[in-house]
Amino acid sequence: MAMNPKRKQKLLILLSLLAGVGLIVGLVLYALSQNINLFFSPSDIAAGKAPQEQRIRAGGMVREGSVERASDSLKVRFVMTDYAHDVSVDYEGILPDLFREGQGIVAQGRLQANGIFVADEVLAKHDENYMPPEVTEAIEQAHGGQAPTAAKSGE
Amino acid sequence: MIPEIGHLALILALCLSVALGVLPMLGTYTGQARLIMAARPLAIGQGVFLSISYICLTLAFVYDDFTVQYVASNSNSALPVQYKISAVWGSHEGSLLLWVLMLSWWIMAVSQFAKSLPPIMLARVLSVMGLIAIGFMLFTLLTSNPFWRYLPEGASEGADLNPLLQDFGLIVHPPTLYMGYVGLSVAFAFAIAALLDGKIDAAWLRWSRPWTLVAWGFLTLGIVLGSWWAYYELGWGGWWFWDPVENASFMPWLVATALIHSLAVSEKRGLFKNWTILLAILAFSLSLLGTFLVRSGVLTSVHAFAADPERGFFVLVLLALTVGGSLLLYALRATTVASRTVYSFWSRETFLLGNNVLLVIAAIVVLLGTLYPLLLDAFGGGKVSVGPPYFNAVFVPLMVLLIIALGIGLLAKWKSIETNELTQLLRSPLLVALVLGVSFPFAYAGEFNASTALAAALMVWLIMTTWTDLKRRIRHQGWQRGLRQLNPGYYGMMLAHLGIGVSVMGIAVVSHYEANHDIRMAPGETLQIEQYAFTFEGTRDITGPNYVSVQGVVKVDEDGEFYTYLHPEKRTYNARNQMMTEAAIDPALGRDIYIAMGEPLEQGAWAMRIHFKPMVRWIWLGGVMMSIGAGLAVWDKRYRRRRPAKTSAA
Repeated sequence: MAMNPKRKQKLLILLSLLAGVGLIVGLVLYALSQNINLFFSPSDIAAGKAPQEQRIRAGGMVREGSVERASDSLKVRFVMTDYAHDVSVDYEGILPDLFREGQGIVAQGRLQANGIFVADEVLAKHDENYMPPEVTEAIEQAHGGQAPTAAKSGE
Repeated sequence: MIPEIGHLALILALCLSVALGVLPMLGTYTGQARLIMAARPLAIGQGVFLSISYICLTLAFVYDDFTVQYVASNSNSALPVQYKISAVWGSHEGSLLLWVLMLSWWIMAVSQFAKSLPPIMLARVLSVMGLIAIGFMLFTLLTSNPFWRYLPEGASEGADLNPLLQDFGLIVHPPTLYMGYVGLSVAFAFAIAALLDGKIDAAWLRWSRPWTLVAWGFLTLGIVLGSWWAYYELGWGGWWFWDPVENASFMPWLVATALIHSLAVSEKRGLFKNWTILLAILAFSLSLLGTFLVRSGVLTSVHAFAADPERGFFVLVLLALTVGGSLLLYALRATTVASRTVYSFWSRETFLLGNNVLLVIAAIVVLLGTLYPLLLDAFGGGKVSVGPPYFNAVFVPLMVLLIIALGIGLLAKWKSIETNELTQLLRSPLLVALVLGVSFPFAYAGEFNASTALAAALMVWLIMTTWTDLKRRIRHQGWQRGLRQLNPGYYGMMLAHLGIGVSVMGIAVVSHYEANHDIRMAPGETLQIEQYAFTFEGTRDITGPNYVSVQGVVKVDEDGEFYTYLHPEKRTYNARNQMMTEAAIDPALGRDIYIAMGEPLEQGAWAMRIHFKPMVRWIWLGGVMMSIGAGLAVWDKRYRRRRPAKTSAA
């Protein structure tokens, strides 16, 4: 049976809508693939899983006593750890208020060939009791158990 | 005792909501007038009890009842009283109670102001809202009860409110945003009631529109306040981060924006009715999704506070029930409310449809970017984050198209317009926009820049098309009479559209011309930015009510002449021993000077953040204009016309 013109028109509109949506989803997925930052734990980085010279995220705890500052600029170096492996982080700029030794942080930046992670952004959280979920998980994985500092506040 | 009263009142409010969710709805099907009539008293009842419950929690804060766990974790006897009151919504449990409180107020408002709605319709709307209230009250009582006590012995002192939240921004931002979020439930309830009814007529749309406009206005203002708060309080001078929590409020805003336009078409022309219903469902679903994202802690966010996955699960179930149920109903009933009206391609309808499609696509794009890390993680693809470049890359082109379509749609007429006439009307706005747009960066900074030229062109385009439309509307009456006979809705629309231009302008200029310096400054050192010289003169110690503070003294000279002193602070709050940055800002319409202190370095030097932000205020000014625009539109006489007394008494 031949389709009546009204149905045909409806089908056409529907198909073009679908095509449009498909195109947009495709474009979006492409844009996503270009702009996502993979997360790596210090153990991943030590195991050589993280790509070099590509923007990634890394997270862990700031090792106690590891923060060193330059005396004439805002350069700072510290060690990020999941208590199994360490990675040195270089950063220049102002650290967030809740950045402290023994706190969980997430840094964005690039891993250099010499194994130093050069961060262009360091994030600590709004809430002193909050741990970034990635960091909690990374530490749990490195130890096969609970994270040493519990992640939940008594809110 | 007071917390127990609050707890009890919350339980009673839940019972009344259950009655509200079930009885009137049942009545509309069995035809029992008494059940239908019960809707309004039940609506008032649950609102009153919830208000009592909320007041009790506030009293527990004001009187420092630290035997209540929630008070003990979020307040302190040294906390100034205005922050004790706002600390009620400073954390999860209380903010949820605020959410439900807003919902119950919306329910009461509908029951009061929608008296002339047919009783069956009103009963169904209130019942649907009652059902939503049940879900969230259960959520509060079962997973996040703020009235829980530490017994037998309570804490003698509270842990204090997170210092970031001890601020005017926290007093105003969450309630405004929640008013918007929750207000979308009204449009949702209207949509569900219409689907149950099987017909959407002009009266229905006229009823639904002002509610949606009010909710949209609050949502807009809430987002603006959030952005402004983050800007001055987080101490890093950014105003939008494409963070999941921000996106959570932005997605419902985009869809709600589409909704208010689609409602306009449906009311004026009887078109897109199914689409309008779908948008109403989607807008509220996205606001539930936003609540889920913020409250579950599944996403890493700069705004994330400690959260509990079990609570996330509860919201997810609520979300699935609401979205699943309403979409199922939509699929079953939507075809029965179809409309038949014709319009040609060159018509305002087409461009408003375009506006809707673009806005919905923008919402989808933001949704994909926000949920992508979750999805990828769920399928074992590793942990990722999606950064601002993605959002900017896909979002900006959509908005440019949207603004272009806006101008054309404004000048096109309903039904159809001759292409000759349309080109005639569009010619001069286009020309002026191009000329002024291209010359703007030269005039402002002495050299060409594509992004600010584009923004300026878009703003001029909005102004010119609005102007042309205005001229056309009053051409027969002359200015004085013409301006007076235009309705407030029209002025609201103009203001909101111009607001978009103002925001776009601010965004482009501040993004391109801002000068951000993070440097080490020893006392006596000077930094020059544009015409301003900043001299760090050292620090002094200050004691606040519940904090101690190191205050920096920065002298600002303008063109070599003394201009002002700015005093950024680094505070340490006693109770939590938490550090906080208080930025010092010298605001002006043309530029902000923004100074924040980083950390102390050797020999009295400090890490200083000195930012010069041209036109950053325009971003929020534009948002405020949109919000006021919505307010004006609601003021329109059309929506305040009451039906004769006999039906309203029913």
